[in-house]
Amino acid sequence: MMLLSSLLSEMPRFFGYYNLLLLGQAFLTTLALSVSGCVSGFCAGLALAVLRRAPSRALLPLRWLAMLFIEAFRRIPFLVTLMLVFFVTQAMGLDIALFTIAVVAIFLIAAAFTAEIIRAGFNAVPAAQWQAAAVMNFGYLATLRLIVLPHALRSALPPAIAYLVMLIKDTALASQIGVLELTQAARSLTSRGYSAELVYATILILYFAISYPLARMGRWLEKRHGAARHR
Amino acid sequence: MAQLDIADLTAGYGGTPILRGVSLSVARGEVVSLIGRSGSGKSTLLRSVIGLTPPTGGSVALQGTPIDYASRRSLRWLRDRVAIVFQQFNLFQNLTALDNVAVAPVQVQKRPRGEVRDEAAALLGRVGLGDRLGAYPEQLSGGQQQRVAIARALALHPAVLLLDEVTSALDPELVGEVLDVIGDLAGDGITMLVVSHEMGFVREVSTRVAFMAEGRIAELAAPATLFAAPQDPRAQDFLARVVR
Repeated sequence: MMLLSSLLSEMPRFFGYYNLLLLGQAFLTTLALSVSGCVSGFCAGLALAVLRRAPSRALLPLRWLAMLFIEAFRRIPFLVTLMLVFFVTQAMGLDIALFTIAVVAIFLIAAAFTAEIIRAGFNAVPAAQWQAAAVMNFGYLATLRLIVLPHALRSALPPAIAYLVMLIKDTALASQIGVLELTQAARSLTSRGYSAELVYATILILYFAISYPLARMGRWLEKRHGAARHR
Repeated sequence: MAQLDIADLTAGYGGTPILRGVSLSVARGEVVSLIGRSGSGKSTLLRSVIGLTPPTGGSVALQGTPIDYASRRSLRWLRDRVAIVFQQFNLFQNLTALDNVAVAPVQVQKRPRGEVRDEAAALLGRVGLGDRLGAYPEQLSGGQQQRVAIARALALHPAVLLLDEVTSALDPELVGEVLDVIGDLAGDGITMLVVSHEMGFVREVSTRVAFMAEGRIAELAAPATLFAAPQDPRAQDFLARVVR
């Protein structure tokens, strides 16, 4: 009761102009980190999955690299990837914004994981569909575009989205290198004397506002997939 | 010149030989049926000819041109001229009946879309599905799906059509409609190599029948001869069991 009344009395000051500005900016940063990292990661993951299954012998070295990349980055904690990108770019003397470093780290992880999810989607397409396309002289890319991707993406999208929702939560780690996203903003506000309960409750709602719509979309896609499983 | 010339063909899966030297020459317009027990190599012969189970030895020539199964170009050339219909239909699940038939001519053979769609509709009409053009495979019965698959193969204008047990996955009451379509094609003079367990049908449509056993053609004769007086003891035994 005491806590509640003290929080209530703190609210007008907490939701002042500058704090709202800070929270708004942090919210947009988290959103931008999530969206740019996830979208670029998903595209790269798709490309990696396509490359990994390519039949051409000329692409063999590239296929190996793709596999190495996928296997490596799926096994490294996100924080380590982030530090790796941070220190490698520092060592190379590159002057890159912290935000960009965080986006690159998210991109790397998201690419590796979605590549694996999409690969599972490819494997879910019956071999008979690949064979039917092969005997009709469809090339690899035409088979993917016309037959396999419509099938594979439908089954890969819900798990891919579930994974990306998880990744949004991981963007909090970008605070470790000083990117001013939601978690970093929370830390800064508590250090300025606002009560942690109020600050983190606000941050929680803002994270929820980002990930909930995406999770809903995933569920909607899943339902649609269920309704037209054999299309 | 034979349409299809198979000489001493061998093939297998993972070191297990299935075909142990098959030789067969199919003339233009001929319908040659392959019969025999399960595991005798009938389906493997068809799959080897089209390169799904690449031959390990022997040779295949189409219209006098030898096929090199290790060369993608040669395989492409072959598959431009030979089509196969599978036991399980293998229709593209994400496409309508019309698109299943039209997709390869448009996307692979690069023929004009309008012309192809008209032809696809006509072919589907011919197999009795003129009113189901927009249906997805899951909305069709097995017999209807198999007829779409036949129309899909015909749209490629194959020089040789391979039919791999096309009625084996169908409910008994749906077998007739598919066999009628094939009988119709045989009457049109399309060269066909047919694996079937429907002996009445084989007898009716084939110009010659090959009885296969243990990866070889044990006996090859006109249907009337083979069914009336088989020479090979295994053929005698097989026919005594399946023809009543």
